[in-house]
Amino acid sequence: MTGSDEEERTGAASDPLDPDDYDAVDVFEGGDLDLRAGSDSCYKCTSCDTSCPVAEVDDSFPGPKFQGPEQWRLKRKEDADIDDSITSCSNCMRCDDACPSSVPLSQMHNEARGEYVDEQMDKLSREYVRNRILSNYRFFAAIASKTPRLANFVTGLGVTQWAGEKLLGITSEREFPDFAEETFREWWRKRGGAAVENPDKRVAYFHGCYSNYNTPEVGKAMVRVYEEFGYEVLVPPQKCSGTPMFANGMLPDARRHAETNVENLVAAIGDGADVIASCTSCSMALRQEYPELFDLHGVDDVAEHTFEALEYLRINEDLEGALSEAELDGESFAYHAPCHARNQGLARQAVETFREVEGADIEDVGDSCSGISGTYGWKAEKYDYSMEIGAEMFEHMEAADGEVGMTECPTCAMQMEHGTGYEIRHPLQALESALVE
Amino acid sequence: MAIASEVVVVGGGLAGVTAALSAAREGADVRLVSHKQSTLQQASGLVDALGYLPPVDPPGEDPTATPTAARTGAVTDRPDPEGPLADPFEAVDRLPESHPYRLVGADALRAGLALFDDAVDGYRGGHTDRNALVPTFGGAVKPTARYPASAAAGLASDDRPMLVVGFRSLSAFDARMVADRLAAADVPFEVAGADVAFPAAFREDAKITRFAHALDRDEPVEGTPARAALAAAVEPHLDDVEGGAERVGFPAFLGDDEAAAVRAALADRLGADVFEVPMGPPSLPGLRLEDRLYGALDAAGVSYETGVPVVDCETDGAGRIERLLVDRTGSEVPYAAEAVVLATGGLVGKGIDADREGVREPVLGCHVPHPADRYEWYVDDAFGDQPYARFGVRTDDRLRPLGPDGEVQFPNVRVAGATLSGADVAREKSASGVSLATGLVAGREAAAEVPG
Repeated sequence: MTGSDEEERTGAASDPLDPDDYDAVDVFEGGDLDLRAGSDSCYKCTSCDTSCPVAEVDDSFPGPKFQGPEQWRLKRKEDADIDDSITSCSNCMRCDDACPSSVPLSQMHNEARGEYVDEQMDKLSREYVRNRILSNYRFFAAIASKTPRLANFVTGLGVTQWAGEKLLGITSEREFPDFAEETFREWWRKRGGAAVENPDKRVAYFHGCYSNYNTPEVGKAMVRVYEEFGYEVLVPPQKCSGTPMFANGMLPDARRHAETNVENLVAAIGDGADVIASCTSCSMALRQEYPELFDLHGVDDVAEHTFEALEYLRINEDLEGALSEAELDGESFAYHAPCHARNQGLARQAVETFREVEGADIEDVGDSCSGISGTYGWKAEKYDYSMEIGAEMFEHMEAADGEVGMTECPTCAMQMEHGTGYEIRHPLQALESALVE
Repeated sequence: MAIASEVVVVGGGLAGVTAALSAAREGADVRLVSHKQSTLQQASGLVDALGYLPPVDPPGEDPTATPTAARTGAVTDRPDPEGPLADPFEAVDRLPESHPYRLVGADALRAGLALFDDAVDGYRGGHTDRNALVPTFGGAVKPTARYPASAAAGLASDDRPMLVVGFRSLSAFDARMVADRLAAADVPFEVAGADVAFPAAFREDAKITRFAHALDRDEPVEGTPARAALAAAVEPHLDDVEGGAERVGFPAFLGDDEAAAVRAALADRLGADVFEVPMGPPSLPGLRLEDRLYGALDAAGVSYETGVPVVDCETDGAGRIERLLVDRTGSEVPYAAEAVVLATGGLVGKGIDADREGVREPVLGCHVPHPADRYEWYVDDAFGDQPYARFGVRTDDRLRPLGPDGEVQFPNVRVAGATLSGADVAREKSASGVSLATGLVAGREAAAEVPG
């Protein structure tokens, strides 16, 4: 079973290779993947197109079926360029989950986007520069958080937003997220690291950029909840997961970051830890995109040992039992499942977890995409589409009893707040309120 | 530790959802896991029970008499199926003994349909045992037990004059062909087809959902709201039908969330009833049915998740499944269960897998009986009694899978829907009914495995 899954995922089913003993990424000369076998599995049911939030609102976007299997067939001819509509795919990865034939759609999109940026995009164009900046958010966040107040002041200035839009094509409709006065890692160092030592229960926290620079309260909640369950938390050195880079076709950037992450996470796994992420796009990257795109030592090991934070507790602890004693102070949440949680089978976990908690009322606001998709909704030319995709979610949030939103994804949270004005929390923060004194 | 539930249902189609609801009704704590998003979105939204009784070779007959690729026989001499059947229930006993309906009985079919009627609103047909005749986008008339309210005005038993409308940009639905075929099938009403331009400047290959959402939101098209603009485009054709159309059929994308309002608005402007003709995928009636069924799961307190294939299982010494291993994007997560329902689909749904070597059930490794010689898997007559169409897991009457020796293979597993052997649902028009009847029994049986 594992063998055939691997074949389907990598599209190498037609090659006479031992599925248990090869690394899909490096069997093709020149290192390029041949995903045509995957496109042969497509029987044109259009489930992917139906599930694509961008195709729903953007008439000029031909949809995942074209971007994936069709484009892979077309590009067998050497003179066929990648269609520039590939830059409109927001990398929500819903098509993967929709495809009944396990066509590796998002992998095809990622490869095509990388090739497009590499070979066809003008490196001096405004769009390239803008996408490079957006996807390297971590680089700028690291600088900004040295002087968070100044950074917040500057990014909040109308002139900054005006310049962002005019010069770079970053929408002025959105407010830049605030930088925390103290990053998660600063807090962690100051605290002296882990408060619990336990060689038998260890987790390595992949906090990602956002909970480090912008919402350290999520990272702190993660630490406190896990320590409450007796875990020793490691915080290995790490860079960006690469999600915004995949979405913008900046694969060499993503690879560089992935090398650091995999190396450090493999070391942590060697120390007996499983990897935990609080951002579902980070866990998605470590679990699915890394092994699909990069041939790195230990990359499969990392994928096998990575979990989303709440998921891990549900698997390994009696979370239900602990919560049956707990209480929340009449909190009502309007919960949105991020696309990258949905694709990991985690769309319902928060609803299930809080359903039985005394005083908590949690409502799923439906299966629509929030529309921001990381950097997609930050692009001036995509902003309106982004809000149109999110409209259904905003309506459902307004209709829900809760006035507090909940989600695992930082950019979904941004969009939820932007569309409704609600305060947004992470399930870990609610767990912290319920379980930690 | 593991994610623990009393009953785990594997498969998110109609059989899986029915089994989950059925087990939850018995008081079990139920979780449903599905490899991919539910394939209900590719289903027509019609719920059939039994529409035809195809002729089958009596068991034990000399297989060489059957025309195969190697031995072409008198293909044209094969008898036609019996039907369309007016009453699906009375015909159950005339099915082959190995048919799932014969295992669980006609009462299970009734109970399955009743569960469906309870769980899903907006459907018709529950008032009678008789099949309804619903026109399809191929111009055929399908005998079906339940149909969405949106299709109600289109029934072929109704004698009011009918106009079928298609759109020039939508090649998958040819209104004139639908009308011609209906007329050729001797329907008891006047019928004509007309193609109009959808009154909105969508791209040539616009998604069907794009049309639906434009009507849902009543988006303005050159200043006129979409519903009014569509009615205006159709109105000149009402008299294409002799006597004037009293009902108008459209391909099934008249709105999604607001479907009833869209139909009402069009009917009001046209002065005629409006109905939908079910389409191939992506199917709005299928998507709407998926929403309702998953809403019913939620209301019943069933946990569910999609995008997570079951890749392995752990059994105790007696073959009881203790844990399923679920692949969550690279990590294997254990799911503990007292009982498991396997409803992963058939050959098309990939719940049954075949290659040159053989036929197998890939999730738990249940035995799938089939001839060793693959030339015996099919016959030349494309519409004939294809052996492969009946391939699947054989069970006892409690739907427990049987191994090659005829003994129960996994005592705490129940099998439902297209994963079962013995039904040729495409020829019988029985796919939904088999899912409902066996899903109901499998769910009830699985719940009974849970220690009180």
